[in-house]
Amino acid sequence: MTAIAANSNLDRWWNSRTARRFMSHHLALLGMVMIALLTLACVLGPYLLPYDSLYIDLRARFAPPLTGSHYLGTDPLGRDVAARLFMAGRISLLVGFSAMLLSTLIGTLVGVIAGYRGGWLGMALMRTVDGFLSFPSIFLVLALAAALKPSPIMITVVIAVSSWMEVARIVEAEVRSLREREFVQAGRMLGLSGTHIMFREILPNAIGPIIVAATLTVARAILMEAYISFLGYGIQPPLPSWGNMLNGAQQYLGTAPWLAIIPGAAITIAVTSFNFIGDGLRDAFDVRGD
Amino acid sequence: MRGFLLNRLSQSLVLLLIVSVIGFVVLNLIPGGPLAQFGLDPSMTQDDLDRLKEQLGLNRPLWMQYLDWAWRLVQGDWGHSFRDGAPVLDVIGRHIFATLLLMGSSTIIAIAVGTWIGIRGATHRYSVFDYLGTVGAMVALSIPTFWFGLIGIYVFSLQLGWLPAGNMYTIGDGSALNYMHHLILPSIVLALVHVAIWSRYMRSATLDVISQEFVKTARAKGLSERRILMKHVVGNALLPMITLAGVQLPSVLTGALVTETVFTWPGMGRLFLDSLGYSDYPVVMGLLMFSAILVILGNLIADIAVAVIDPRIRLS
Repeated sequence: MTAIAANSNLDRWWNSRTARRFMSHHLALLGMVMIALLTLACVLGPYLLPYDSLYIDLRARFAPPLTGSHYLGTDPLGRDVAARLFMAGRISLLVGFSAMLLSTLIGTLVGVIAGYRGGWLGMALMRTVDGFLSFPSIFLVLALAAALKPSPIMITVVIAVSSWMEVARIVEAEVRSLREREFVQAGRMLGLSGTHIMFREILPNAIGPIIVAATLTVARAILMEAYISFLGYGIQPPLPSWGNMLNGAQQYLGTAPWLAIIPGAAITIAVTSFNFIGDGLRDAFDVRGD
Repeated sequence: MRGFLLNRLSQSLVLLLIVSVIGFVVLNLIPGGPLAQFGLDPSMTQDDLDRLKEQLGLNRPLWMQYLDWAWRLVQGDWGHSFRDGAPVLDVIGRHIFATLLLMGSSTIIAIAVGTWIGIRGATHRYSVFDYLGTVGAMVALSIPTFWFGLIGIYVFSLQLGWLPAGNMYTIGDGSALNYMHHLILPSIVLALVHVAIWSRYMRSATLDVISQEFVKTARAKGLSERRILMKHVVGNALLPMITLAGVQLPSVLTGALVTETVFTWPGMGRLFLDSLGYSDYPVVMGLLMFSAILVILGNLIADIAVAVIDPRIRLS
């Protein structure tokens, strides 16, 4: 119950132990700053650069970085890499973030129901979680992505389908341990509905581990999008994503290495930042384990 | 032990059942379903398709189709590749050695390096080494495997010319040394993520063991720190790592798929992508199911191994 009270008031949260611990975690702060800068660059960058991300200039193909106003060079079609990098960042970050929201939603729902109801339903749900975890995620994601229409929304859904299990496990364990506590029994005694107890009384107490898992899920979702787009089954050109910018980069590795280095560095920076933030949150919420 | 074995075995069977249901759902999500291959053939008329549908029993209720499909899986009839008509299991069998070779060598690297970093981090807690190890692990977990592979190829193949940029061996040279030479770069690339995971778990496992009573006893007996570490700490800390190796299998397979693509390594991951490219769904489905079965089997073996080594597990 204290968690609800603390969450309802931003000032009190800001002064809480959790917030103070997070603010003293240097890597997490670094991660926050990096993500803020990266997001800002992706939102504003395309307006500030002189080139459009889709503008093809065959006379300027393979210009190395710092050629004229092509700060990061050009690609095999003479498109500006910097402009494409920022547009791609919008897609990659958006897909990563949306996939996290969806997978956290699925995972929380499954976890709460499995943990609260228990019995054969809980058992069946958790065995399903185990079943999904038995597939190497990329095999499942690629098979689904190849079978379905590869729109950004579909890619987001497919990534979420392959990454909700961890949240489900965390929430299930958390809810199961809270189920028999006094405040839940009091709620039952008061005649509150199961749904109300599950989502309004128990769930707020599990918010810490969920936030930590969700942050790490963003990191993994961005990576997964990069993997499948690199392999040609994710975001489809001409829409750029960090992954599909790397798609053709291997054949030009000898002549135009920046085509491979730059988008990969962007992915690494984004994913590292989210992992740092997740680590900081884990310390702040005092969540144990990986 | 017998109770433990039966219990663990039945768990795996239930898991196999669930995995097969998920696989069947994926199969039916593919446009055209099991008939996808014929849809592309211009000489097939709608009548032919309908007749085939009838013959293959695709008009029956889904649950009957599932039972039929699952029963054929159990019998080893996994269908035939669209590409060359070979049985799916034979096709997979032709590619499994390359993948196991890559996974095996990278796992050895990951265990060796990860164990060392983890133990050193735990014994020199809060040192510069420990800090760099922890931060380095988080960065290593964030680097896309294929990008690391591309950078590796750029530096070691294109710039320095030390290592081959791809393939498993030079055509006409099947010597073990040649294989090894081709194996170095892809196994290091695949190992990176797992070095990171392994070192973090090893660090916390070692810290757990160090704080236990029997280590204090060993110290009180006057054993040297080195002897305590080698004889009492490492062995106990490595035990949970066997379970970890099983749990990590799906992610190793995922990494192997990506690594194989970058290095044109003729393994299961490469086969999976090629088959996707040709819409060769029997092989795609076969590999999906095969990889899941491999994971379930790997976890089962890991758990049994831990139980054999550590009586506390099988008795509890």
